[in-house]
Amino acid sequence: MRFMLLFSRQGKLRLQKWYLATSDKERKKMVRELMQVVLARKPKMCSFLEWRDLKVVYKRYASLYFCCAIEGQDNELITLELIHRYVELLDKYFGSVCELDIIFNFEKAYFILDEFLMGGDVQDTSKKSVLKAIEQADLLQEDESPRSVLEEMGLA
Amino acid sequence: MVAPSLKLQDLIREIRGARTQAQEREVIQKECAHIRASFRNGDPLHRHRQLAKLLYVHILGYPAHFGQMECLKLIASPRFTDKRVGYLGAMLLLDERHDAHLLITNSIKNDLSQGIQPVQGLALCTLSTMGSAEMCQDLATEVEKLLLKPSPYVRKKAILTAVHMIRKVPGLSSIFLPPCTQLLHERHHGILLGTITLITELCERSPAALRHFQKVVPQLVQILRTLVTTGYSTEHSISGISDPFLQVQILRLLRILGRNHEESSETMNDLLAQVATNTDTSRNAGNAVLFETVLTIMDIRSAAGLRVLAVNILGCFLLNSDKNIRYVALTSLLRLVQSDHSAVQRHRPTVVECLRETDTSLSRRALELSLALVNSSNVRAMTQELQAFLEFCPPDLRANCASGILLAAERFAPTKRWHIDTILHVLTTAGTYVRDDAVANLIQLIGGAQELHAYSVRRLYSALAHDISQQPLVQVAAWCIGEYGDLLLEGNSEETEPLQVGDEEILALLEKVLQSHMSLPATRGYVLTALMKLSTRLPGDNNRIRQVVSIYGSCLDVELQQRAVEYNALFRKYDYMRAAILEKMPLVERGGRQVDEEAEESKEAAQLSEAAPVSTEPQASKLLDLLDLLDGPSGDAQHPPPLDPSPGVALGHLLDLPCEPPPLAPIPNLRVFERKGVQLNLSFIRPPGTPALLLITVTVTNSSGGDVTHFICQAAVPKSFQLQLQVPSGDTVPAQGGLPITQLFRILNPNKAPLRLKLRLTYNHFGQSVQEIFEVNNLPMETWQ
Repeated sequence: MRFMLLFSRQGKLRLQKWYLATSDKERKKMVRELMQVVLARKPKMCSFLEWRDLKVVYKRYASLYFCCAIEGQDNELITLELIHRYVELLDKYFGSVCELDIIFNFEKAYFILDEFLMGGDVQDTSKKSVLKAIEQADLLQEDESPRSVLEEMGLA
Repeated sequence: MVAPSLKLQDLIREIRGARTQAQEREVIQKECAHIRASFRNGDPLHRHRQLAKLLYVHILGYPAHFGQMECLKLIASPRFTDKRVGYLGAMLLLDERHDAHLLITNSIKNDLSQGIQPVQGLALCTLSTMGSAEMCQDLATEVEKLLLKPSPYVRKKAILTAVHMIRKVPGLSSIFLPPCTQLLHERHHGILLGTITLITELCERSPAALRHFQKVVPQLVQILRTLVTTGYSTEHSISGISDPFLQVQILRLLRILGRNHEESSETMNDLLAQVATNTDTSRNAGNAVLFETVLTIMDIRSAAGLRVLAVNILGCFLLNSDKNIRYVALTSLLRLVQSDHSAVQRHRPTVVECLRETDTSLSRRALELSLALVNSSNVRAMTQELQAFLEFCPPDLRANCASGILLAAERFAPTKRWHIDTILHVLTTAGTYVRDDAVANLIQLIGGAQELHAYSVRRLYSALAHDISQQPLVQVAAWCIGEYGDLLLEGNSEETEPLQVGDEEILALLEKVLQSHMSLPATRGYVLTALMKLSTRLPGDNNRIRQVVSIYGSCLDVELQQRAVEYNALFRKYDYMRAAILEKMPLVERGGRQVDEEAEESKEAAQLSEAAPVSTEPQASKLLDLLDLLDGPSGDAQHPPPLDPSPGVALGHLLDLPCEPPPLAPIPNLRVFERKGVQLNLSFIRPPGTPALLLITVTVTNSSGGDVTHFICQAAVPKSFQLQLQVPSGDTVPAQGGLPITQLFRILNPNKAPLRLKLRLTYNHFGQSVQEIFEVNNLPMETWQ
């Protein structure tokens, strides 16, 4: 996979994960172009399209578009499963996830994605395993924080 | 006490509360100022929160480069919270183009060797997302250490990091290849999946690795078989399919290993048949596995029966109610239509059904596939379907459809009359979308079918009377009426309904076309000439024609004016010659041989370039570097020569006599390059009949002990030449005399200037990347004289 984008129907980018080194300017251009192409698609159309020299797999969940750009020899159908798995992970984590969750907890969305995919490839096919890893990382963070709250109030 | 900084979620709320873009910018600028100040003061406690806010702002599109150094500090902090945000920042803000990114190498190294597992995970993830070649080089051994260490959590990540490292630094394959054999014995799905991905990457990059891993095909087959047969593990299954991600990845690796390798293909035959027949197709997960299986079957040396099974599966996909499945079926069938034509033909009716899809991405595919399926036995039925499609298809598909129908008609027309009818139909339905040479082709066709002159001219007359807006149709009709106007007056023909046309009506129609604002200058030219010809074909005193012609003597368009003046002269001073000059035209020699060649070449090039877009694109951009070395840019490398002018214009055409040039002696081959066993040879051909054309075949051979990979050859020629590089046969020459690479250059030298040729070679050999730029000396004179 080359990159994954999450954006709203209004064209607001909510997450971008790039698996290939590209300049900031080039990225902005590609995002703008691709968003335009995907948002122009009618609701009943198929989830695959060709864009530049890549294949794009996209799926809309409520108000968010999940969009992956894959290469010529990659399997489109399994990419759909991949997107669905990511949404399931988000759903399990946030409990009935909606766009607002991803907006206000964008860093968590990234953390979850980074436990599921690496370099564009799937790291773990077990939902349980991925969620457990996130849980443990969150616990580590929490263990560190009571101290900082006290420090913040100038009491430690 | 300093007021505590805004929490991340509060900032987000505030930004979303802004009602205008300007307001949002204001909020963000204010906050960024605070953040910058906080960074300057070096507040370690809240640094992670400040960076998180900055990252949010960055996602919205605002600049955040001043946070780069803070990422470094956070990564170096012992706190997990800091590291988590710091590494995220590194992935979002640090760019391998800036030297700053190298500064995190040390922190990553420390975290990899001494960190707790979650920290090691963060470091590996960051490395695999934004690790540059230098970083990968430095950290390879650290990652290698983590491949076989106990915790699966870290190992699976280390393996995928290795995949990224090999992509960045192919030389690292030597470090990461050996552990693979042991890793394949693992049972943890994540580790197995990563290993298969790693092996795939290794095999794609090196023929030696490919040969090495062909030995593990039996083991892979066993792994997949176990997955498929021993049911159901809730943890890894989707819709009842055991770990479809892993299945697909194994199938993909098997495809690469079985390609062109009889032994491996045979080993996997049974398993592929098993997966193909037993996978549940009710949900997408199953279909994904089935799809990958089909792709693998088609790409390896599989038994004929298995191939037919695969095509049939695709045929079933075409009937699936899920659009996505139909889409992948159409795409795959298109790839197979050349190699397995008869198997795909069986599904022709279903493919034709897909023409009626409402989704244009599907109908586009269906169109391409339908055109590829036309053959001499089904041409009538298919053309009917395609013509029906042409009438209702979306505008962006019209051109393809029209030219597709015309091409199919040309190749498979059962009778001339059918051919003429078909072209006529296309011109009436989609005249504006046809290619420029369609007019010339149709004229040629009609001219050659003497028995159909009357029929053609009648049909064209009716079509023209009905609609004068479609320019190609008008042009052909005008030419025909000019040539065969006398046949129009004759009235009856058993083939069509009787058409009673008088000479005044013919002239009136042509005048209407002449005066219409829809007619292009070229069209007017056709009509003017037609009118002139009619002066000898129609009875009457030609006054009307003479009037029209003389009016155009003062037309603003130079071409029309010239014709009119010449025709006028014909009427006045040279009236005795008029009949002879305007006689019926003999059949024009198909000087379209050159034209066809170009058309085929550019179609070929278009198909090839579709298959290998990545290889042609960088060639085109890098070519400019090379071209600076010779005298100036030599123009577009892919420029076919101009088409022949239409036969209605040049009367001088009749005087061109075809002549056979004497056959030329063969030109000797030339060895132009040799380095450590790698040789480049040029062989030359000057095809007779096209004196300006030179074909050079470049052959790359390898007698050394090491493989040559990633071979690219670029060329430049002086300005007056036209150079076209065809796609090479491959980019790898295996060691010890393995299959050489061949590439064809086409060089056009219309001015017969002395040929100069400069070549640039890049390739990998013995682990080094080689670049050579040189001018070819001693080019034989026969190549350009």
